[in-house]
Amino acid sequence: MHEASLAGGVLQLVEDTARREGFARLIELRLEAGQLAGVDVRALRFALESLAPGTLLEGAQIEIDEPPGQAWCLPCGQTVAIAQRGDACPACGGYQLQPTGGMELRVVDMRVSDD
Amino acid sequence: MCVVCGCSDSSPAHARHVQQAGGEPGVITVNPANGDLHFGAGAARVSVPGMSQARAIKLETDILGANNRVAQQNRAHFEAHGVTALNLVSSPGSGKTTLLCATIEALKQRQPDLHVAVIEGDQQTSFDADRIRATGAPAIQVNTGKGCHLDAPMVAEAFAQLHTHEHSHDHEHDHGHAHGHDHHHHGDAHSLLFIENVGNLVCPAVWDLGEAAKVAILSVTEGEDKPLKYPDMFAAAQLMILNKTDLLPHVKFDVARCIALARRVNPAIEVIQLSATTGEGMDAWLHWLDHAMGAHHHHHDEPVSEEAALRQRVQQLEAELARAKAALASGSAA
Repeated sequence: MHEASLAGGVLQLVEDTARREGFARLIELRLEAGQLAGVDVRALRFALESLAPGTLLEGAQIEIDEPPGQAWCLPCGQTVAIAQRGDACPACGGYQLQPTGGMELRVVDMRVSDD
Repeated sequence: MCVVCGCSDSSPAHARHVQQAGGEPGVITVNPANGDLHFGAGAARVSVPGMSQARAIKLETDILGANNRVAQQNRAHFEAHGVTALNLVSSPGSGKTTLLCATIEALKQRQPDLHVAVIEGDQQTSFDADRIRATGAPAIQVNTGKGCHLDAPMVAEAFAQLHTHEHSHDHEHDHGHAHGHDHHHHGDAHSLLFIENVGNLVCPAVWDLGEAAKVAILSVTEGEDKPLKYPDMFAAAQLMILNKTDLLPHVKFDVARCIALARRVNPAIEVIQLSATTGEGMDAWLHWLDHAMGAHHHHHDEPVSEEAALRQRVQQLEAELARAKAALASGSAA
């Protein structure tokens, strides 16, 4: 739902960077949207594609990595993988979990050219 | 309907909206009569992140960074004004505005000196702000246009408007104490700011507005499994209010299961059951507000530092565990 706003934020970051670095063309853009970041990657990609025409995003290849969700399980005393909040611990079946990874939502890097 | 943001426009038009909003500093119209804000006629308001980082075009930049910076400014601003801000989130129709009106009326009786103001977020209309103003409390309506959530810059604008309009409001009603423009003009008096977010259980979870806490409202006419269906929101909330409990005899809603599911996504979530219509359970809510203002007053940024501390502790324990395992492995090998 809010992926359109996030796509706008990504474009703004790209444009600010272009202004500062003075590059002409964006070749590749790499993003990270963790499994627990509350973002639908498909919708984010769609929003970026809708936004692209006439902007620096047009023609750029966009990679979106999805770092896996991780949580600390209190009873197990270990880090376990969870796909979403509210999932049970795969080891003990409990719910005393504190998410520790997969909450990233960021622009990692970009490949640009000056012509 | 646009599948991305739920706007009614077709996607190309929608994309143009986003583009315009992203490119221009934002089209905001202000209603001079009451300070209501409308973010762009038909444009999706997009938060405009700034940037800082060096060459190599390795950015590692938080997409929500710009919003979060404004949220932190809001938080500092609220603190300077002695304001406890609460971000009320729910699906449409959970009874947020009715609860707010009932809360304001109850607070008028109990704590007539307490200053209460409201920022109302909706896509369109000022119906909700009108309802709040009818109670006598100052309110600013923020229309997000196509946007599905409030963001921190919107709240900053609205808070400024609230301030401007309250000044004139106070003069009109001759409250008898002059308002200075310094940050401490409320003195030690505490005040409450309710931010009623756009009715939506998905997007507002991601946007920090600078609030002291998010309060999720769920009515018993909705599904009891919503905490699990929309886990991000209930994970982000400090309190869940189960509203419309007067209707429990007429609906199939398993309160115990609902609470269990909410605790599954957020073991620390507090729960209050109430009916804004009959007033049942309102005492617990008013008490919670009292507590929130007290806690906020003394250690205002606790939620943030608590989370950081918790995260740090988890890292420590993991490191300890790794060391213990390594020691154990080398011990058994020897």
